Amino acid sequence: MFDSLSEGLQSAFKSLSGKGKLTEGNMRDGLEIVKKSMLEADVSYSVVQDFMDHVSEKALGKRVLLSLRPHEELVRIVNDELISILGPVDSSLHLKESGPTIIMLCGLQGSGKTTTCGKLSQLLKEENVKPMLVAADLQRPAAIEQLHVIGRQLDVPVYSEKDNKDPVKVCRNGIAKAKAEGARVVILDTAGRLAIDQELMAELQRIDKKVAPDQVYLVVDGMTGQDAVNSAGAFNEALELNGVIMTKLDGDARGGALLSVKHVTGVPVKFIGTGEHFDALEPFRPEGMSSRILQMGDIVAAAREAHRIVDEKEREEIEAKMASGDFTLDDFKGMMEKVAKPGLMGKMMGLMPGMGQFKEMMDSDEAEGGIRQTIGAINSMTMAERRNPKLIDVHRRTRIAKGAGVQASTISQLVKQFETMKPVMQAMVGGNVGDRMKMMRQMQRGAAMGDPTMGMKTKKGTGERLSSQEKKKRKKERDKLLRKLKKKR
Amino acid sequence: MAFWRSKKTDPTETSESDSAAAAQKPEQAMGILAKMRSGLQKTRSTLNTDIRDLFKSEGRLVDDALLDDLFAKLIRTDMGTGPAETIRDDVAKRLRGRVVKLDEVLETITEQTQSMLSQESTELRLADSPPTVILVVGVNGSGKTTSIGKLAYHLHHTGHKVVLGAADTFRAAAVEQLTVWAGRIGCDIVTGNEGVDPASVAYQTVEKAIDLGADVVIIDTAGRLQTQTNLMQQLEKIRRVVEKKIEGAPHEVLLVLDATAGQNAISQAKGFSEAAGCTGIILAKLDGSAKGGVILPIREQFQLPVKFVGLGEKVEDIAVFDPDSFARALFTE
Repeated sequence: MFDSLSEGLQSAFKSLSGKGKLTEGNMRDGLEIVKKSMLEADVSYSVVQDFMDHVSEKALGKRVLLSLRPHEELVRIVNDELISILGPVDSSLHLKESGPTIIMLCGLQGSGKTTTCGKLSQLLKEENVKPMLVAADLQRPAAIEQLHVIGRQLDVPVYSEKDNKDPVKVCRNGIAKAKAEGARVVILDTAGRLAIDQELMAELQRIDKKVAPDQVYLVVDGMTGQDAVNSAGAFNEALELNGVIMTKLDGDARGGALLSVKHVTGVPVKFIGTGEHFDALEPFRPEGMSSRILQMGDIVAAAREAHRIVDEKEREEIEAKMASGDFTLDDFKGMMEKVAKPGLMGKMMGLMPGMGQFKEMMDSDEAEGGIRQTIGAINSMTMAERRNPKLIDVHRRTRIAKGAGVQASTISQLVKQFETMKPVMQAMVGGNVGDRMKMMRQMQRGAAMGDPTMGMKTKKGTGERLSSQEKKKRKKERDKLLRKLKKKR
Repeated sequence: MAFWRSKKTDPTETSESDSAAAAQKPEQAMGILAKMRSGLQKTRSTLNTDIRDLFKSEGRLVDDALLDDLFAKLIRTDMGTGPAETIRDDVAKRLRGRVVKLDEVLETITEQTQSMLSQESTELRLADSPPTVILVVGVNGSGKTTSIGKLAYHLHHTGHKVVLGAADTFRAAAVEQLTVWAGRIGCDIVTGNEGVDPASVAYQTVEKAIDLGADVVIIDTAGRLQTQTNLMQQLEKIRRVVEKKIEGAPHEVLLVLDATAGQNAISQAKGFSEAAGCTGIILAKLDGSAKGGVILPIREQFQLPVKFVGLGEKVEDIAVFDPDSFARALFTE
C-alpha cells in the first residue's frame, strides 16, 4: 500500500519531470498507480474503471503549466474529478413546514443504523427540532431496548411495540403517536438485512409503500469492500433513496466504498459518522473524502479541529510570535498543554496531508508521556531561561533536570529540538505554500529515519544522488520553466 | 453458497477433521444447509466473481485481455491487489499464450488460493483442564454478539457446558442482546451494569465458570476501532485479568471480521493482533453476496487461521471453516 498516492506517483513520473505535457504514454504508469491506490481504498472495480477512463480523458493532452511536475498535475485532476463525482453537497434533512417529516434508515446488519438514529436526534435537538424514534427493528435481539437506552440518554421519545411482529404496523402507529405529540421528525430504525434476502427486502418495500417516508437514507459502513456496489444497488432498486450516510470513518478505513455507492445510487451523501458519541456526525464534504480516499490527508478538517482547540485571537498571537522569532519555551509549553489531550495529537496528524503515517506514533502513550515530560521540564525553568534557552549551561541544566525528575540529556535534547524547530515554525507561518510543503516533506523524512529532531533542519538534500552535471541540467530546466511562467504572468 | 453445498456432499470428511474440536454432527451440517437453501429466498445476485463466465466451452487464449478480466474477478472477492496480482501472474507464467479450458485455469487458481489459505487446523484450542476461555473481539457492528450466540450454541450442542460473559458494557443494550441469546441456548451468563469495567465482568465470568465447573467461557467485548489506542489497551487489561485467574487463559482470542469488509480488515487484524493477541478469526455475514477474500492477505501477513464462518442470524447458522471449499466458492459461485 502507498503511504501516499502523491509519493507513488512521484516515483512513477521521476523519469519525465519537466516534460510539459501529459500523454497516454507518460501517464500509463501514473494511472496504473492511481488505479491500484483506489482499489486498495476499496472502490469497486467497475467504478474504478469508469473513473480511470474519465480521468485519462480529462488529463490527456493537458499541458503541465500550473505546476512543474506532471504527477502533481495528475493528482490534481484525479482529486478534482473525485470531488465532482462525490458532490454536490446537500446536508439538509428537508424538513416539512407542517406535520412530521418521516425519515427512514436502512442498511446491512451492523452498518450503524441504530447509532445513527441517535446521532440524527442529537443533531435535530441542537436545532430545536423535536424528534421521535420508532423501533422498527424487530429482528435483532434487544434492538428495541438499545433504541430505548439511546432515547433515554438523549431525552428523546421512543415508540415501540413489544409483541408486534409487523414493522409496518409499528411504523404507522409510531407516526400516529408522533403526530399526536407534536414531534416534527420521526426517525424509523429498520432491521439490518442482506441485500440478497428477498423476503426482507420486500418487507422494506412494504414499509416504504405503506408508510411513505419523506426521506430514505441508506447507512453504509465505511469499511465496506467490493460488495458495496451490490448491496447499495439492491437497496436503490427496492427503494427510492434520498441520501447516504457513511459510518465508522473515525478509524483508518479509507472509505472508497462511498465512491461505489455514489456511483450506483446517484443520491447525495448527507453525513459521515466519525465517532461513538452522539455528536460525532458531520456534514459530508467531498474535498475531505477525496483526500481520504487518495490518502492525502484532510487539511480542512485539521484546520477546523485546530480552531476548536485554539481560538482565533490566541492563534494570531502565537503566529505573530512564531513569524517574528519571539516564540519562547513558555509559548511552546502553552501549545503543548493544549494538545496534550488523549488521542488529540494522533487525530490531528491523521488529518494532515502526508502525515497519516505519524498517527500511530502520536497516538501512543509514549508520545503523550513525552509531552507531559516536556511540560514538566519547561516548568522547572526560570522565566529568563524560558525566554532565552541559550542561558542554560551545565549547572542550570542539572538543576532543571533534577526539578523535572528527568535525565540531564533530556533537557539538552529539548533545547536542541526547540532551537531547530524555531526556524521551521517561522517558515510555516510566514512562508508561502511551497515553503510549507518543503518543511512538511523534511519532517516526514526525518521521522521515517527515526531522527529525534524530526528532521527539522533548515537545509536538506534532494534525497537523490545526482552527478553535478545532472544537477546543473535540472536547475537549467527549472529556471527555464520559471522564466516561462513569469512571462505568462 | 456453493461452498456449503459442496460441504454437504462430504459430511464425513468434515466431522472427521473436526472431531477433536467436538464439531457439529453431520446431520446438523445437513440441517444448516437445508435451512440455508429453503428458508431464505435469495436471488443469486452475486458479485460477479465467477470465473466460469470468462470461458466458452472451446476454451480461451490466455492473453492480456483474459488476464485483465481475471484480475477484475479476483479483485471483486476483496482479496486486494497483492494476492490478485500473485494469482494473475501465476496464471500468466504457467499458461500464457496457450488456449486453455476453464478447468485448467480454475485448477491453477484454486490451487494457488488453497496454498495461500493453508492452515494447520480450524479446531478450537481447548484448555488441558477446563474451563477454556475464549475472548471475542472486533470492530463495531462486525457481528461479535451474534457470533458468540452461535458459537455458544454450537459448543452447547456438542456437549460443552458454556458460560457467557457480557463484557460489552459500552453499547446500549448489548448486555440484553447477549442475555436473549443465553436464554435461547439455555446457558449461564454473567452480566455487569452498563458502564462498569469490562475487565471486572470478565473476571467474574471466569470465577463463576470455575464455580459451576463449566467447560467453556466466552467473553463478549465492546466493539472498538483498531485505531482507538485507549480502548485497545482495555483489551490487554481483560487478558491480564483473565490470565490471573487461570494460567494460560485466554486460550483463544477470536477476531470477528465482517465478510463485507474491504481492505481495512487487514488493519483490523493487525491492530487487534497486537493489542489482544488474536489466535483466530470468525468470518461473519458470509451468507450475503460478499466473498470475504480479504482473509487471504490476512492469512499471508499475520498467519491468523479462520476458525468459523457465520451464515445467518439464526442460532444454528455457524459452521467450521473449510479452506478448500472456501477457495472453490471464491471463484465458482
